[in-house]
Amino acid sequence: MYDLIIAPFADYEFMRRALVTCLALAVGAGPLGVFLVLRRMSLMGDAIGHAVLPGVAVGFMVSGLSLGAMTIGGVVAGLTVALLAGLTARATGMKEDASLAGFYLTSLALGVMLVSLRGSPIDLLHILFGSILAVDDQGLLFVVGVASASTLIMSVIFRPLVVECFDPVFARTVGANGGWAHAIFLGLVVLNLVAAFQALGTLMAVGLMMLPALAARFWSEDVSHIAIVATGLGLLSSFAGLLVSYHFEIASGPAIVLTAAALYLTSIVAGSRSGLLARWLRRPHFHEPHEAKR
Amino acid sequence: MRGPSISLADVIVTYRRVPAVHHLSGTFEAGSLTAVAGPNGAGKSTLLKAIMGLLPVSDGRIDLGGLNARQVAYLPQVPEIDRSFPISVEQTVLLGAWPRAGAFGALDKAERTRAAAAIAKVGLAGYAHAPIASLSVGQWHRALFARLIMQDAPVILLDEPFAAVDERTTGELMTLVHSWHEEGRTVVAVLHDMSFVRRHFPRLLLLAREVVAWGPTEEALSPENAERARAMTDRWASEPCSHDHNHGGA
Repeated sequence: MYDLIIAPFADYEFMRRALVTCLALAVGAGPLGVFLVLRRMSLMGDAIGHAVLPGVAVGFMVSGLSLGAMTIGGVVAGLTVALLAGLTARATGMKEDASLAGFYLTSLALGVMLVSLRGSPIDLLHILFGSILAVDDQGLLFVVGVASASTLIMSVIFRPLVVECFDPVFARTVGANGGWAHAIFLGLVVLNLVAAFQALGTLMAVGLMMLPALAARFWSEDVSHIAIVATGLGLLSSFAGLLVSYHFEIASGPAIVLTAAALYLTSIVAGSRSGLLARWLRRPHFHEPHEAKR
Repeated sequence: MRGPSISLADVIVTYRRVPAVHHLSGTFEAGSLTAVAGPNGAGKSTLLKAIMGLLPVSDGRIDLGGLNARQVAYLPQVPEIDRSFPISVEQTVLLGAWPRAGAFGALDKAERTRAAAAIAKVGLAGYAHAPIASLSVGQWHRALFARLIMQDAPVILLDEPFAAVDERTTGELMTLVHSWHEEGRTVVAVLHDMSFVRRHFPRLLLLAREVVAWGPTEEALSPENAERARAMTDRWASEPCSHDHNHGGA
């Protein structure tokens, strides 16, 4: 048991470092993923994850594989695409997801082209899929900083986000203008995805944000509990995923995301609130009071 | 609690560049209980939204008797709320404390006690921790009324509050509306059922994009007024852009 679970982390510093990075990412991203799901913006994280690429690429072109430059580039690109998509949707009446799709696809192609102009295919792979086992001190501090800030800020804007998401008309009538909370929230999504790209890559980063959030929905009917369950599932995915990666010698990013995916599939079946089993057990019986539900 | 009067002075609200209601003038008197009725597309919901500041007034003036719109409690047509949102009855009702607690204020024990009392008052005791998605239509309306109780507002606007609700629930919630009226709050409700309006609402605003009649219910419901409202409706039906008026239900 020790060899299976403890030894990899006790023996190797890079594993400990990877673990702390992933745990921090899971803590920061969990609640954000939950609100993306609740706002019916599940694919938004994916789109923004792709959109940060040209910014990262420009950072890479300016100063090679430097974390600072690539991070600033990623944040700027992510926020720009989110902002442009929002503004276009408002100005033209287009649906926000459609508008976002247009911009992030452009952004992604631009990013891949920029990287291929300057770097080697290895660099492109590094940016697309990350390498959690090579996270340095600077990267680790950045991830932990972003996770701490996200947790703090999310706990402050929690109530406005809930009311804006659940009952926007009520929010407006009581003066709880949730627009600023939504803007801060999207900023946090971008920041977390950029923080995650070095460890998991831009493509895998979204996995740790969305899969635990989607899975958690099957376990509770209370938004704050769902956020806690999502964070817990993210932590579990990170820990188990790293062990899978170590023992089976497979890439750590996909191992973590696939572990999250396994938890998601398990939740679909066994989730205590709305999993398939729970639904089957709670199917209507004749002796139940007959009342219109909707 | 004494609710203020709400005065409309030549109010025009346009929707997609077409006037949805025009030249509305009159007063919901302080502490009055008024039904707003009229054919589909008459601008009933539009009027409530304009009072709440959710739709801009293109011309004229709405005077809330010194209140701002945030001090008015408003129950929109129910489908505008996300019923699948994972939130309990208690938390939904606690949102009604917003005018006092705001975005960041603590929801202290006093607010929780008030919420519990409001939940009990609408007959949902025992359902405080139930997720809203599990409620029947009638129970859901009760929960929304409990939130209105929590808001404790001097003016209450209700848009089709009993649509698709069973008779017993309607009766109990209407008792609550009467108690608000007796407490002196100004209450305005958009309704369809004229016999229900006759039974429960002392005053009526009959609307057909403009005021057809506004006064004591029996007077406002005269056959001539009903005929006028019908004639006005027939007139829009023949207008080429009349479908533009049918937003938000009425």
